[in-house]
Amino acid sequence: MSATVLTRPAPAPAEGRISLRANLRHIGALVRRNVMQIKQDPESMFDALLMPIVFTLLFVYVFGGALEGSQSAYVNYTVPGLMAMMGMNIAMAVGTGINSDFKTGVMDRFRTMPIARSSVLIAKMVVEVGRALIATIILLTMGFILGLHATTGVFGLLAAVALSTVFGASLMWIFILLGLVAKTPQSVQGLAMIVVMPLQFGSSIFTKPTTMPGWLQSFTEVNPLSNLADASRNLINGGPVAHSVWMTLAWAAGITLITAPLAVARFRKKT
Amino acid sequence: MTTRRTYENAVEVRGLVKHYGATKALDGVDLDVRQGTVLGVLGPNGAGKTTLVRVLSTLIQPDAGTARVAGYDVLRQPRELRRVIGLTGQYASVDEALSGWENLYMIGRLLDLSRKEARARAGDLLERFSLTEAAKRPAKGYSGGMRRRLDLAASMIGHPAVLYLDEPTTGLDPRTRNEVWKEVQRMVAEGATVLLTTQYMEEAEQLAHELTVFDRGRVIAAGRVDELKAKVGGRTLQIRPVDPGTLPAMAAVLAGSTPDHAAGVLNVPITSDEQLTEAVGLLGARGFAIAGIGTHLPSLDEVFLAITGQKASPEDVRDPDAQDDVRDEDKELVA
Repeated sequence: MSATVLTRPAPAPAEGRISLRANLRHIGALVRRNVMQIKQDPESMFDALLMPIVFTLLFVYVFGGALEGSQSAYVNYTVPGLMAMMGMNIAMAVGTGINSDFKTGVMDRFRTMPIARSSVLIAKMVVEVGRALIATIILLTMGFILGLHATTGVFGLLAAVALSTVFGASLMWIFILLGLVAKTPQSVQGLAMIVVMPLQFGSSIFTKPTTMPGWLQSFTEVNPLSNLADASRNLINGGPVAHSVWMTLAWAAGITLITAPLAVARFRKKT
Repeated sequence: MTTRRTYENAVEVRGLVKHYGATKALDGVDLDVRQGTVLGVLGPNGAGKTTLVRVLSTLIQPDAGTARVAGYDVLRQPRELRRVIGLTGQYASVDEALSGWENLYMIGRLLDLSRKEARARAGDLLERFSLTEAAKRPAKGYSGGMRRRLDLAASMIGHPAVLYLDEPTTGLDPRTRNEVWKEVQRMVAEGATVLLTTQYMEEAEQLAHELTVFDRGRVIAAGRVDELKAKVGGRTLQIRPVDPGTLPAMAAVLAGSTPDHAAGVLNVPITSDEQLTEAVGLLGARGFAIAGIGTHLPSLDEVFLAITGQKASPEDVRDPDAQDDVRDEDKELVA
């Protein structure tokens, strides 16, 4: 039988295209999905809610006296740095989330629907940035309770939050890529830990690198988490910010420019 | 999506090939699904049924051949194509963490319905698939049948012109299977075109107008369900005498007939309508009192066995010579 098309109106020029408005609507629907998932499984918010409280208490009381002479001095040193660490830990969760999403049939359904495939990734990012912001607010609240002074005022504080968020969002692309490449959520977790631990501790987040051996100091200097920690610290406590802020932004841009296209390409290929 | 177009064939597949390494999942498949009908794609595990559905729903790209759905080419117009299809997979593809209502509402929004429309559509479909009571509960708490019904409902939100049902009742208990069948029959009555893959002969018989039999990525037989059955073997005429005690005497009259004492009927193999008339006439002439007659077609299990020379079971090895024989038989059957 031949393809006898009995009635077929001339296709509108943009029939297959997805308009920006439609795209935003799709992202909105998918963000709602991710938020509903959290609502159904409140435990998935524990990392964002409890990590900042537990870590702040732990680091301030364990290391405070030894490292800075007093807890209150150490609060002002480490809490801005912990913002960097928090961003990274939240970003890590994105990878496992994406990976387990692929295990469910619902991803197949999304892929057979007339939506831009990137909207699934972007929705995930939006929700995770939201989670990171909540964690940061809790962290800062803890900091203020323990004696943090925002010497530079509210704008310095907001600038530090914004910088951490931008950098955290760029890290998410790395973990999304990891989540798309790895076979199981467990292997994402394992791989992520190997990347995350040296970056967190080989940095200026917890202590000044001056007592570290030379090779480690060189590492902390190029470690973007050190740049972010220094930048946040100086934005909140006052001090030179230009170098560390620019370095952080450069890292964020670099990471995004390299890993975002790779992640999106990988996502398309998986389809 | 809203204006349903008219085509002779809602699905048109020509020479479709998809290889995975040495495995020929699709090895030159041709098939058509006429608009408003149900095509059953029947075959054992690994015959290429799911690969076909995945190509037709733009999830994977074929290596060769063409496929058009509602006039849209799977390779050149995937976006347009996605607007006119609905897919219910072998495994329920709903978000288990979300409630039934949230699932349907989300899909409505992804299909560009307004908030109001999406809400209304979700409510209607939940009602229709008897899920209203469970609407607010997360889908992970649903029974297998409820999940499958939610999946069907999700596929229908966009009023798809063509619906793919990939083994929609695999793993369901008989009662739930009947529920799903009822819904599919209803969708078809409302004008949907359906491509149904199944391993169950009974399912194909219940739902499909036409049938395509797959084996190892190839179409080995195609036609109307009854045509296919008639081609494979003759019918069986069942004669029920008024007095079951006359069964042996009746059997003696008709050569090749076998009495079934338990059912109280005489089974007579026939190959034509003339033979039917002749058999009944012969018994009447001898003065036997007949309470009822009926004809019975061979089951699709028997059809599959006759076509492939093997039982419809996965992963058994046949020697290449035997396979050639099967191919020869097929040509006659398909012709």
